[in-house]
Amino acid sequence: MTIKTTLAASTALVVAGSAAFAEAHMANDMTLVSWGGAYQASQDNAYLQPYLEMNPDVSAVWDESSAEAVAKLRAMNEAGNITWDVVDVVASDAIRLCDEGLAMEIDHDEMLADGDDGSTATEDFGDLLVSDCFIPQIVYSTTVGYRTDVAEWNGNTPEDICAIFDLETFPGQRSLEKRPIGNVEWALLCDGVAKADIYDVLETDEGQAQAFAKLDTIKDNVTWWSAGADTPQLLADGEVVIGSTYNGRLFSLIVEQDQPVEMLWDAQMFDLDGWIIPTGLSEEREARAMDFIRFATDTQRLADQAKYIAYGPARASSAPLVSTHAELGIEMAPHMPTDPANAENTFLYNYEWWADYRDDLDAKFQAWLAQ
Amino acid sequence: MSNATTGPDNLTGVTPDTGLKIGQSDESGPMLAADGTPLKKSLNRALRKQKIRALALIAPLLIFILATFIYPIGEMLFRSVENQIVGEVLPRTVRVLADWESENDPVPGDAVFSALTKDMMVAVEEKNHTRLGSRLNYEVSGVSSLFRKSGRSVDDFGEVYTDQFIALDPAWEDPLTFVSIFADEAWVEADAAYDGEGRRPRFLLRDGVGEVLPQTASMYRDFARVVQTEDEDSPTEEDVWNSVYLALYEDLSVQPDIPAGLPQAEMLATARGAVADFETADLRAAFVDVDEGWEETRVWQTIQQYSAPYTTGYFLNSVDLQKTPDGVDWRPENEQIYVTLFIRTMIMSTIITVSCILLGYPVAWLLANLPASKANLLMILVLLPFWTSLLVRTSAWKALLQNQGVINDLAVWIGIVADDNRLALINNATGTVIAMTHILLPFMILPLYSVMKTIPPSYLRAAKSLGATNVTAFRRVYFPQSVPGIGAGSILVFILSIGYYITPEIVGGTKGVFISNRIAYHISTSLNWGLAAALGSILLAVVLLLYWCYDRIVGIDNVKLGG
Repeated sequence: MTIKTTLAASTALVVAGSAAFAEAHMANDMTLVSWGGAYQASQDNAYLQPYLEMNPDVSAVWDESSAEAVAKLRAMNEAGNITWDVVDVVASDAIRLCDEGLAMEIDHDEMLADGDDGSTATEDFGDLLVSDCFIPQIVYSTTVGYRTDVAEWNGNTPEDICAIFDLETFPGQRSLEKRPIGNVEWALLCDGVAKADIYDVLETDEGQAQAFAKLDTIKDNVTWWSAGADTPQLLADGEVVIGSTYNGRLFSLIVEQDQPVEMLWDAQMFDLDGWIIPTGLSEEREARAMDFIRFATDTQRLADQAKYIAYGPARASSAPLVSTHAELGIEMAPHMPTDPANAENTFLYNYEWWADYRDDLDAKFQAWLAQ
Repeated sequence: MSNATTGPDNLTGVTPDTGLKIGQSDESGPMLAADGTPLKKSLNRALRKQKIRALALIAPLLIFILATFIYPIGEMLFRSVENQIVGEVLPRTVRVLADWESENDPVPGDAVFSALTKDMMVAVEEKNHTRLGSRLNYEVSGVSSLFRKSGRSVDDFGEVYTDQFIALDPAWEDPLTFVSIFADEAWVEADAAYDGEGRRPRFLLRDGVGEVLPQTASMYRDFARVVQTEDEDSPTEEDVWNSVYLALYEDLSVQPDIPAGLPQAEMLATARGAVADFETADLRAAFVDVDEGWEETRVWQTIQQYSAPYTTGYFLNSVDLQKTPDGVDWRPENEQIYVTLFIRTMIMSTIITVSCILLGYPVAWLLANLPASKANLLMILVLLPFWTSLLVRTSAWKALLQNQGVINDLAVWIGIVADDNRLALINNATGTVIAMTHILLPFMILPLYSVMKTIPPSYLRAAKSLGATNVTAFRRVYFPQSVPGIGAGSILVFILSIGYYITPEIVGGTKGVFISNRIAYHISTSLNWGLAAALGSILLAVVLLLYWCYDRIVGIDNVKLGG
């Protein structure tokens, strides 16, 4: 009996000891970087607060710098002083950070939790693992909202993306994002190019000219936006009658603010947002960052985020767990860009292609705007 | 009674004006101070002490400014010419590529692809290749993925040589064979003694092996150092890269003399005899197989053009020029933007400055001439915008100026404009001018006010009492005295406005954005810091040039920020 007790006691000691050991090897301060606003609030509610409850020793602060994350990380890296632990960026930025060696490469299966349905992380995230450094979190889309009270439209309502280019049926000012990504694809799509061929066409000078020519037809009627809040404001003020923005912004405009606006899901441009971990962290901080991300990107947590914002969870296994809005109590699934009814015709933009052609097309786009 | 020795010019001994007198006299020879040392020297000593003391007093500020202002700005601007990355990541390729002439040969020869294989292997391990890809992608679209894709498969290139060496003698598979040939013996001992504490002893090449097997030695050294730094492992335990075997094959193919003293000389000699019959690898085909971009002349031309450690490329780019094989040429018309933006920035900043003068002058005059109590109230109104966030003020202009905004609504209600033809006051140059004039107005009013405050009102009264009309008195007496204030205000407003980007971004639409918007884009979005630095340097040069012109025309002494 004494032996048993001793054994049990020593086992308990070892367990406690190793737990303390693991604990001691993780930093207790964390700086998370995100976009601010409703999106960051949803992350705070769904990921960070539950995590802090589980780990009372940890303290975390948010830094609303995601918009400048790439430049700031590069500057921090050159100065040799990384002050961020986990950074929320869009996929294209993650690819660039990875290329620049500023984001840590990750073994997704080893470092991330398996899906609740038993699938490995790689299977669960599927095609969305667009970079070795990127841990996807949500799928959002850039899509189109329009006012429902435009007299000049004579009762017609836009049914597909090409309504943007149809000044005859749908006259009025429109708003598009002040960058080529998304706009040139829509332009070609509405100029008769098949969806599968779009990037091949865009690779040629003629294809680019074709896209700009199509955009030329509406150029005088476009207000160009650069912040996600612009189009909702323009729509609400009646400055524009139709315009593109992120689906979550349209959700709050339509559902939360109850404006006379409807949205189109046709040819919605899928994009991803997720985490990266900067390179150059100390082992303790890296361990803490990994621990947080493992928790924050598991099946349940990703599904929880949808309670607060209308963006789709990046894991396939999270989709069935999406429930109702935390305050409004409405079902969130029909408002997800990934919902089957909404995702009949989607456009996943080609990250690799844009990484190559972004600089070139952007120069052309800016020159075109200035003409 | 005048005696030659007692006249004022004939006093002996030192008097306070001795120096002066000697200076005026024609006598040659050094002037002497009281203690007999030459005056110049003595004066210098005294002054030096003073200078050092003065310098010591300002030293903290000077060092602070140098460290936090001049140095970072200088370093940032230096990026506009810096281009070391190409030569650093692809040293071998750049060297071989120097002889390539694109007119004779659209794609470089096998030697270049072999050098590329070796450079890429090191770059991939050091995770540099994608950075280089992004750098070159600024010049040619597609290079980014060209490097990313090739990096994934380059470690297999040249495997055929590895297999053949091992088939020839299985000892070639052993990392220790390479260690014994290439490593310095002292290093081998130090590495064996390394116990995991402190830094690993840095790999050293054996003396003389570089002359016998130059390529292999350099490749093996890169391999060993990468294994040490990236994998934190010892080259004695890691499998040697395929590119080392490739280099060994190339070195042995020229049938070098192998000195008997070299370890494994026999093994090397056997291999030297066998390499002539080796099956060769088509490295070019291997690269092209990964991405056809490697067959594009433009890709290679760009690598060649940008192989120097310093480049004018960014500066050319920032004035819409580009390097072509035939020299410098304009960029295609549909990519020209920067000259337009520079000109627009200058013109619009001038318009903003002039509007600030027109609006600010009367306000400053009122401020300077109203009774104190009313002037204070007015001053608070002038300063109020300073206490409000820039973003809030700019966004407020949006609400005022937009199509369905307050001003248009008012104009329609009064009947000046038709409802279906509202004024376009925002998202264009007009919006930028209006919002920026408002934001920068205090910077004009304050210097004007402080100068006007010092102009005595009696001057105007005197002019009038001498018969001048109001207009003449203002034009000939008051206005000339207020010019220093206009100068100071204009410089402030102009320089601030050419650097503005937040306000133009929000209210400027497409026709009202400045060059600084592009600089901001390249700093934070495209990460093309070299181009941003070049644009910034040009902007800085233009400002300095304007400042110089101003000094020549108006005189910088005429600028007053205060009484």
